[in-house]
Amino acid sequence: MIATQENTMKDTDIKRLLYTHLLCICSIILSIFIPSFFLENFSILETHLTWLCICSVSVTAVNLVLYLVVKPNASSKRSSLSFKVTRFVKCCVYFLMSCFTFHVIFVLYGAPLIELVLETFLFAVTLSTFTTVPCLCLLGPNIKAWLRVFSRNGVTSVWENSLQITTISSFVGAWLGAFPIPLDWERPWQVWPISCTLGATFGYVAGLFISPLWIYWNRKQLTYKNN
Amino acid sequence: MRLGSGTFAACCVVVEVLGVVLFLRGFFPAPVRSSSSSKHQAEPPAPEPSAGASSNWTKLPPPLFSKVVIVLIDALRDDFVFGSKGVKFMPYTTYLVEKGASHSFVAEAKPPTVTMPRIKALMTGSVPGFIDVVMNLNSPALLEDNVITQAKAAGKRIISYGDETWVKLFPKHFVEYDGTTSFFVSDYTEVDENVTRHLDKVLKRGDWDVLILHYLGLDHIGHVSGPSSPLIGRKLSEMDGVLMKIHTALLSEERETLLPSLLVLCGDHGMSETGGHGASSTEEVSTPLLLVSSAFERKPGDIRYPKHVQQTDLAATLAIGLGLPIPKNSVGHLLFPAIEGKPMREQLRFLHLNTVQLTKLLQENVPSFEKEPGFEQFKISERLHGNWIRLYLEENNSEVLFNLGTKVRRQYLDALKTLSLSLSRQVAQYDVYSMVVGTVVVLEVLTLLLLSIPQALSSKAELEVPLLSPVFSLLFYLTFLVLSAVHVIVCTSTESSCYLCSLSWLTAGGVMVLVSALLCAVVSALTKVLVRGKLLSKNAAHSNSRWSELDLLILLGTLGHVLSLGASSFIEEEHQTWYFLVSTLCLALCHDIYRNYLPGDDCEPQRCLHVEGGFDGATPALQDKNTSSAVLELNRGCKSPSSLGTLRGYEKWMVLASPWVILTCCRLLRSLNQTGVQWAHRPDLGHWLTSSDHKAALSVLAALSLAVIFALIQRRCSPASKVAMALGLLGVYCYRAAIGNVLFPWQQDNKDISKGILEARFVYVFVLGILFTGTKDLLKSQVVAAGFTVKTVGLWELYSGFVLLAALLLRPHNLPVLVLSLLIQTLMAKFVWKPLRHDVAEVTVMHYWFGQAFFYFQGNSNNIATVDISAGFVGLDTYVEIPAIFLTAFATYTGPVLWASHLVSFLSSEASSSADGSTHSQ
Repeated sequence: MIATQENTMKDTDIKRLLYTHLLCICSIILSIFIPSFFLENFSILETHLTWLCICSVSVTAVNLVLYLVVKPNASSKRSSLSFKVTRFVKCCVYFLMSCFTFHVIFVLYGAPLIELVLETFLFAVTLSTFTTVPCLCLLGPNIKAWLRVFSRNGVTSVWENSLQITTISSFVGAWLGAFPIPLDWERPWQVWPISCTLGATFGYVAGLFISPLWIYWNRKQLTYKNN
Repeated sequence: MRLGSGTFAACCVVVEVLGVVLFLRGFFPAPVRSSSSSKHQAEPPAPEPSAGASSNWTKLPPPLFSKVVIVLIDALRDDFVFGSKGVKFMPYTTYLVEKGASHSFVAEAKPPTVTMPRIKALMTGSVPGFIDVVMNLNSPALLEDNVITQAKAAGKRIISYGDETWVKLFPKHFVEYDGTTSFFVSDYTEVDENVTRHLDKVLKRGDWDVLILHYLGLDHIGHVSGPSSPLIGRKLSEMDGVLMKIHTALLSEERETLLPSLLVLCGDHGMSETGGHGASSTEEVSTPLLLVSSAFERKPGDIRYPKHVQQTDLAATLAIGLGLPIPKNSVGHLLFPAIEGKPMREQLRFLHLNTVQLTKLLQENVPSFEKEPGFEQFKISERLHGNWIRLYLEENNSEVLFNLGTKVRRQYLDALKTLSLSLSRQVAQYDVYSMVVGTVVVLEVLTLLLLSIPQALSSKAELEVPLLSPVFSLLFYLTFLVLSAVHVIVCTSTESSCYLCSLSWLTAGGVMVLVSALLCAVVSALTKVLVRGKLLSKNAAHSNSRWSELDLLILLGTLGHVLSLGASSFIEEEHQTWYFLVSTLCLALCHDIYRNYLPGDDCEPQRCLHVEGGFDGATPALQDKNTSSAVLELNRGCKSPSSLGTLRGYEKWMVLASPWVILTCCRLLRSLNQTGVQWAHRPDLGHWLTSSDHKAALSVLAALSLAVIFALIQRRCSPASKVAMALGLLGVYCYRAAIGNVLFPWQQDNKDISKGILEARFVYVFVLGILFTGTKDLLKSQVVAAGFTVKTVGLWELYSGFVLLAALLLRPHNLPVLVLSLLIQTLMAKFVWKPLRHDVAEVTVMHYWFGQAFFYFQGNSNNIATVDISAGFVGLDTYVEIPAIFLTAFATYTGPVLWASHLVSFLSSEASSSADGSTHSQ
């Protein structure tokens, strides 16, 4: 009896997951097409930085809205306003820190130190949007929870599982995106950091697609400890 | 048969080398050669073709020019003369090109664009093989038929000033010479002064027929500061002055003689955007070729654009111009504009001589030469030529003669072009069969090695090699039969020459036996592994032998690197692959460390952020999507659960920080030397340090680096070698100060620069001393069984000897590479490999990766031009072949060699400490 209840819960969760993910994908696709109605000469490759800003803002917004609407981990206790504010400030600080950390990592990976700082930083912001923002929405500024989710056997819900998949696939996408840079095809998208941002975006979208399907296929095997 | 893993590995290496040699033999084309090249002057020149009536012109035509001056400017790129630089800095030459009595060409040099093969190409007209690059430094006398030898034989007096390669290539050919060496690359005034100072005297004297001037300064400037340096302009103006001087002298002398003289300006190779040369980029292969002579007088308004020709064309043109037979191996064709002004009969005669020579070469190198279009064209034009001669001798109407003559000439020119093309193509033909066999041997050995790794690395270090079974197996005989059949079919049907087929049947059979035996060994090893794998999976379904993410990264990275070599850009930019992999490896290590060390303790937020960073960065490396579901054990965690707790506070911080330190080191090194092709021109720290303005900074850096090297290396040396090390490193600094790279604080001005022979030999004494003590210890440990400690100390001393040698050979701005390599090795050994207990295979692959990355950190690339040949002359007075090759090879491969020797010493120390541990516990 309890098992079936759990299963139905999981099924509804997966359905909600799928819808939210589809919304996220829509926001990314719209960020490609909508701005061209308002801005002249807008294209992903030529005005890449603008697109990066728009894309990260829209993804962040959609994530926040979805979080507020869906409330995957509805906490039972109602908290005070001051707690919420500190929580929000903390989230912002975490987001900024993750941007800077990514920036440092990119530079260590070989991104130019002085030239193209803005490009590198916006790439860091985009990657943070794809990875840190969902984490912050879902888990809050709680490092222990993050560590738990990203270690083996640490996931406790469908949401966390999908979070893990999208985050990893964004990283893998960004990592693979660096591969075409040394090729001598002389394409406009081979310029730093375009191929990496595109790779990260593709990875994120792929993660969004794959995670509900993957969780659905493996729903029998998946057991979450605390649910 | 049981074999020790050492013996097995040695056998594998031997067979591997055989395979590689076979492959290379097929890959590097055998040069096109005339079989009768040994005996010069054997055959009389081809007579003029005639139909019926006998022609009376059987001797070689007389020379067209009385004097020939060849001005060869090393690394003269075409745009230095024909481009904006030429207009700006070489006004006289530009005047000659645009309005003077001259013909200008852009001559394409064939790679390798290195001086000696280029000189050979210019003088023999043949295309030298890649193997000539190796011989570039030590050029033995040129035995092939060439213009210089022909001229000498014809009694011409030849004078050569400039690069001493000429003197080495053509010993006893010159009545007068003064060789300058390209030894001190940083000198770009003296080398050219040494050439120019002879000019006035020689031009006045006029008792010579051929004058060769080879200016090296431009190339040196290119190597030191690149093609956009302001020094280039000054050098070009200097060269322009030299040309003007020679040309006016020639013109004034011409009035007294009947024949005009010829001035040739050419470059041996171009200059890449970084200032190097050796490869095949457009900048490196395009060189200007300017023929100046009053015979090429043109009417006003006659605009001649530089035509694209081959560099090999010069030999034939020079031979004709000097009235010599064309070199037998020349694949070039006569530059027609040079003979355009001659009467029709002479023009046709010259063209005929050239075609006959090319056809002869074709006949000797292509089995099916009759089917070649060039050969047919030659036959047609020869017949037409005969008809024309008959008409000419019959004194026919001049207009008819002229029209027919033009037709014959066109026919000849077409034939020449086709012949030359098909001969050049012959040079670039691979011997696919030998290449395939070589590859098969290499791959089989590799598979065998891979399959036997687990066995060979087990504690017994022995392995069963299935040697006897193949002899009795059916598979062996079947493969052998099939291979022999294939061999016979290939060898009988092939048209082009093939190395394996030219071997004797016995040797070829041996190769076939080897291939099939290896195949059988691979198959049996494979079945064994499969059987064992099945057994294992039955017995222990969930053993803890699942791979960690690090193992996966290591495997995928190595495989990915191999696959990436399929794209030429990835070969050009291979350093990027290694830097990328090494960075990813560091992040993966970081992930590994934090996963093991953090959950146990209450970390403060500051640290946690690093965790997040480390983790986030490392996750891309995981690549497998099953992390989320995987029921993997934290095998590190269960292997070394105690190691976390036992570490003291300081050590723990070091462990946590070391991946970041290593990453930062790698990033610093990366900006030290830009290499590769696409981004090689970017400014880097190395250029900044080597420029003469920053000598003080370089000196401080070098001194500091040497001090840190001592600090890092001395801790495990014996007292005697500690002293030797300190003195040796002091000697290194003295050597660099003596040759003028760095300064002593008390010596501010540049005093006289020596070769530093004494200082370098002083260091060599200590290197040999340290290596000797190391070897002695090793031998002692082998003979007396003194235990692991002696062996470890011996290996460490060998390693420190290598470090000292590397410190001597590396250029001072590259000393940080050495320092950081030592630092990374120390950090890795102390804070990563030991506490995390990585197994031997992982440590080995990491050493390999870092070794490769350090090869590129040094500024090397897959381009042969980046090899620093100056290392071969450290402490040597003159060029001595064997030490020079050894030193150059060591300096080039410092990174991989140091990492390999560190690996050996690290593994041995690990083994000794584990042996100690086991004895203690007992």
